[in-house]
Amino acid sequence: MREITFSEALGEAMYEEMLKDPTIFTYGEDIAKQGGIFGAYKPLLGKFPDRIIDTPISEEVIFGSALGAALAGMRPVAEFHFADFIFTGMTAVTNQIMKIRYMTGGQAKLPLILRGPDGISKSAAAQHSESIETIFMHVPGIKVIIPSTPYDMKGLFKTALHSDDPVICFEHKLLYKIKGPVPEEEYYIPFGVADVKRKGKDVTVVTTSRMVHESLKAAENLAKKGIDVEVVDLRTLVPWDKKTVIDSVKKTHHLIVAHETWKRGGWGAEIASVVQEEAFDYLDAPILRVGAKNVHIPFSPPLQDFVAPDHEDVENAIEKVLEGA
Amino acid sequence: MDYSKEFLQGLYRTMVRIRAFDSKAEELFLEGKLPGFIHLYIGEEAIATGVMANLRKDDYITSTHRGHGHMIAKGADMKKMMAELYGKITGYCRGKGGSMHIADLSIGVLGANGEVAGGLPIASGAGMAIKLKKSDQVVVAFFGDGASNRGAFHEALNWCSVYKLPVIFVNENNQFASTERVQETTSVQNISDRAVSYSIPGVTIDGNDVIAVYEAVKSAVERARNGGGPTLIEAKTYRIKGHFVGDPTLYRKKKEVQEYWRIEPIGRFEKRLEKMGMLTDEEKEKIKSEAEKEVEEAVRFAEESPFPETATALQDLFVDDTGYDYY
Repeated sequence: MREITFSEALGEAMYEEMLKDPTIFTYGEDIAKQGGIFGAYKPLLGKFPDRIIDTPISEEVIFGSALGAALAGMRPVAEFHFADFIFTGMTAVTNQIMKIRYMTGGQAKLPLILRGPDGISKSAAAQHSESIETIFMHVPGIKVIIPSTPYDMKGLFKTALHSDDPVICFEHKLLYKIKGPVPEEEYYIPFGVADVKRKGKDVTVVTTSRMVHESLKAAENLAKKGIDVEVVDLRTLVPWDKKTVIDSVKKTHHLIVAHETWKRGGWGAEIASVVQEEAFDYLDAPILRVGAKNVHIPFSPPLQDFVAPDHEDVENAIEKVLEGA
Repeated sequence: MDYSKEFLQGLYRTMVRIRAFDSKAEELFLEGKLPGFIHLYIGEEAIATGVMANLRKDDYITSTHRGHGHMIAKGADMKKMMAELYGKITGYCRGKGGSMHIADLSIGVLGANGEVAGGLPIASGAGMAIKLKKSDQVVVAFFGDGASNRGAFHEALNWCSVYKLPVIFVNENNQFASTERVQETTSVQNISDRAVSYSIPGVTIDGNDVIAVYEAVKSAVERARNGGGPTLIEAKTYRIKGHFVGDPTLYRKKKEVQEYWRIEPIGRFEKRLEKMGMLTDEEKEKIKSEAEKEVEEAVRFAEESPFPETATALQDLFVDDTGYDYY
């Protein structure tokens, strides 16, 4: 099968759906002429000139206008530039987009997508490195997709482009350039269906995004020690695939949750809670969490490496949980 | 003033209907019949009325926390409005929104808004949609004087100017942001002066004169429909009632309010029409009694309607909630 990059997968998803649906348009900072700050829109350069729009740095209107455009019959895809800057226009997201359908008693359909990069890169420091997906799982009213591979990126995004509910898509900066197999034929990936990226029998790691790759690396390293790790990529957090997680735990009896966002109050804590509520008797050890240390992402390379989790943190957690934690 | 009797009486009727609705809402709230809190449009009726007389059903508006008048003038059903104020299942939002989040997408009301200036980014997006669809609809974004001090106002004006969007920004300057006087919190004498920063026309008008509102908005709507872009209209008025029903209004003297009662828009227009021979005592009484009857029917409808079943609290979050956990 041919291989394309994560950003090419996004570009293809957009291109295919924009050809079919004239109501799709996309806008944000640095996207039309530059192709996005991390090149995510490069596959779209020169195409659909009226429907790919550079905007002022006005986050509250970037997000709030997506709501207005959706109510007025369009299917907007608004870029948030960096996940950290969602907070600049956050009220339009949590107080407007995520509430209006509910507040109006179901009158509103909201076919809109907010998308953009999150996570660490090379020393981007505290204001350009955040992973904040948990917040959108916590506040009701938006679907959260957080793909880890080009295949998942394309399939999930195409589904998002058919959703009548608002969707937020987090694309990890370090993933844009990775390559992976993506079929030429059209396909869609439904929300709420996890993908078991590696089958194993000893321990389950539930993860997303960049940490899927770190977890797979950890699994390879531990395989040499005879430990068989199952890696479950949730792919979407709202909704999330409880059944696949619990089925995996019933098989392995050990669970690690691993994400780049902060360990304290991160979405992994929610997964861990649900599993102990619904599958406590299947667990042979306490559930362990892997996440960033509870400080901001620092600038200096050794400090960033220390704060953000990687495969070694996952390996340590797995060995600990297999010792009974 | 070269308007037909039918048109002028139509404006008068709309203002009277808004006043009747909000007077009743005030009474019901003080009797403890309405939950939450409500913000009355009393004294500001000329603005919604004059604006909406220029709009088609397929034009959009974004409203505010003080939005009953906008809804009624845009053609909303008073029964469903009143039922929503009561929190009943038959209300516009099935009891989930209340006074501050009332909306009727079928007549282009993209929602009242509990957030000051919250509607302005939404209106900007509706404007983008209209431009992309190449239709000739327009959007009116209502907002108060307090909203003009929020970033969203400035972002939205710049945005709509840059893209020449068909959005008319109608500022209802009722002199108070909650308890704070506009001149103590705002850097400009006239909010319309802020239009200069965004290279769009800005005008200040007498918001208690329904004809002045109608005419100013008429030319702004014509410009917008013809691709001329946004306009900022500041309609100066006065918030005769408190910020919310039950506001102790310690920030102003009763005498000041009494002065403004003398120039409230309905009485003024009534006198003008009478002088022109466009409104007889009989017609006046008929319009008023019809409005009161409509409100009474709305109250009866609301009171006879059931509260929502609790199970409905777990509905209406998503169109497709497959896999979503509500517990």
